[in-house]
Amino acid sequence: MTTQPMVRIHDLKKAFGHHVVLEGVDMEVSRGEVVFVIGPSGSGKSTLLRCINGLEPYDGGEIWVGDYLVGAELHGDRWVEASPKVAAQRRSRIGMVFQRFDLFPNMTALENITAGLRLVHHQSPKEAEARGRELLERVGLSERADSYPGQLSGGQQQRIAIARAIAAKPNLVLFDEPTSALDPELVGEVLDVIRDLAESGMSLIVVTHEIHFALDVADVVYFVDGGRVVESGSPESVIKNPRHERTISFLQRINRESL
Amino acid sequence: MAILDPVAEPAMNARGGASRVIHARLAPRLFTASSAAVVLLILAGAVYLVVSSGRLRWAVIGEYIFSTVMLNGVKTTLTITLVSLITSIVLGTLLATMRMSKNFILKAIASGYIWFFRGTPVIVQVVFWFNIALFLPKVGFGDWTVSTNVIVTPMNAALLAMSLNVSAFMCEVIRGGLLAVDRGQTEAAMSIGMRPANILLRIVLPQAVRVILPPAGNLAIDLLKATSLVYVIGTKEILGTATSIAGQNFYVIELLIVACCWYLILVTIASYLQGKLEKRFSRGYAPASTKGKKTAAPTQAPDTPSANQLESATEIEEATS
Ligand SMILES: Nc1ncnc2c1ncn2[C@@H]1O[C@H](COP(=O)(O)OP(=O)(O)OP(=O)(O)O)[C@@H](O)[C@H]1O
Ligand SMILES: [Mg+2]
Repeated sequence: MTTQPMVRIHDLKKAFGHHVVLEGVDMEVSRGEVVFVIGPSGSGKSTLLRCINGLEPYDGGEIWVGDYLVGAELHGDRWVEASPKVAAQRRSRIGMVFQRFDLFPNMTALENITAGLRLVHHQSPKEAEARGRELLERVGLSERADSYPGQLSGGQQQRIAIARAIAAKPNLVLFDEPTSALDPELVGEVLDVIRDLAESGMSLIVVTHEIHFALDVADVVYFVDGGRVVESGSPESVIKNPRHERTISFLQRINRESL
Repeated sequence: MAILDPVAEPAMNARGGASRVIHARLAPRLFTASSAAVVLLILAGAVYLVVSSGRLRWAVIGEYIFSTVMLNGVKTTLTITLVSLITSIVLGTLLATMRMSKNFILKAIASGYIWFFRGTPVIVQVVFWFNIALFLPKVGFGDWTVSTNVIVTPMNAALLAMSLNVSAFMCEVIRGGLLAVDRGQTEAAMSIGMRPANILLRIVLPQAVRVILPPAGNLAIDLLKATSLVYVIGTKEILGTATSIAGQNFYVIELLIVACCWYLILVTIASYLQGKLEKRFSRGYAPASTKGKKTAAPTQAPDTPSANQLESATEIEEATS
């Protein structure tokens, strides 16, 4: 059982109408592994994450998370379309962090973090609060428990959003460009939190343009372009010694921008 | 004083100390004062005309305004308003979600409902429900039937007509509020495992309420006054009570004034409650004065002026230059 990968994607296809967004995507994430996905805008990175989390149905191929097929549930020996209830239960065990944080603006930081525990996992208020404060400390924001998102900086909001994503102790956390809406000086504090998660043994899939961070933290890097995986492998091989021309020109562009 | 010199105080904060005082401009204040005086004069003249004519029986107004019949009328108006309002919130939310759903049939039903109830006059709907017995003499299931006339009293017809009518308008108000909530909120709620009904009730609606309240308050106040229409089917609400008293003693104007006083009192209370509610649901949203960048850095060295103060300082410079 322990050798079963966290995520296994085989020949994934996804289209919006006639517009094919993902095609022939293969990917594997072992338990505890940190996988980075890089690629130009519109290449289908967000769509890939959304498919893994069952937020978006896919049109072909298979996505396995642990022992289940995303979008389906086992009835006897047949896979049938998953019920909304099952899909929601599965999502509750996967964390997701968004580019624009998407914190609930009418809830305090603590209430945001404990929302899932209270409203989905039906924990007692005491239990949820204890866990919430523990997480606030972990992301270094203990003293901001009662602040509303509107009173926090972008970096602080994203750290709260990460705490919300890991509140229910998921085995897998998906990050969709967690730092690209942040002012440059706030990026570091968010990356530090992600590095901490990577070291704690969670499986992470991180979509990002932070190449240096990928070199530092990733176990595996995938470069996607035009809905296909162009190249994958260790960060050294994909980022330092890219073989594919599209990877090379993308990395050059990124490097120019970050200078 | 803040009233006389509203810009001086933040300016001093931002620039540190009282080294520079910005003086108030007199011209706009003089203009405000003189126009207020003119309006007050005209108003006083109008009141004098009415009072001095000597035709109004003030005693009649005093006699009826707090009489038991009148108070019963007020109670009826309030009942119709509250019942219709609550129904319209429930039915309106339901219709709004139907209209926004992907299901073609649900969408069509909701659109048809709104098309009909928004497109025909309320008074026609009131008369229609009151006379429903004309083509639906009995209602019931199986063996249990009852004459429609027993159910459709003037009160019930009024409740039915006003509830169904306001629901159509409330649906649109609620839909506007739901659309104003960022799609990312739903996604974030889904990502922590919440299910659609729960997301609507716990995440989207509480945020939509902030947008819904001002137009819904207007609607409620309109409704309060529109309940007066049901006097045509003999419902004894405020206007119905006033006209029936006037029908006996012929003090028509006096009783209309009584009715107006009551509507004004109720609307004033309603507006007050609306303000309270709006305040309560603005939780988490910065007051209007701290507009601008959400990411106003809160962790700063104590001696640097905060971003907000800098912002208001720039505004002052712009306003005074
Ligand atoms: N709901 C949708 N309906 C139609 N087309 C969509 C939808 N969502 C995404 N697309 C299209 O799918 C393609 C991939 O989008 P996606 O958001 O996955 O790209 P991305 O790699 O995340 O880009 P970015 O770096 O800009 O976030 C784009 O061409 C986009 O226009
Ligand atoms: Mg994206």
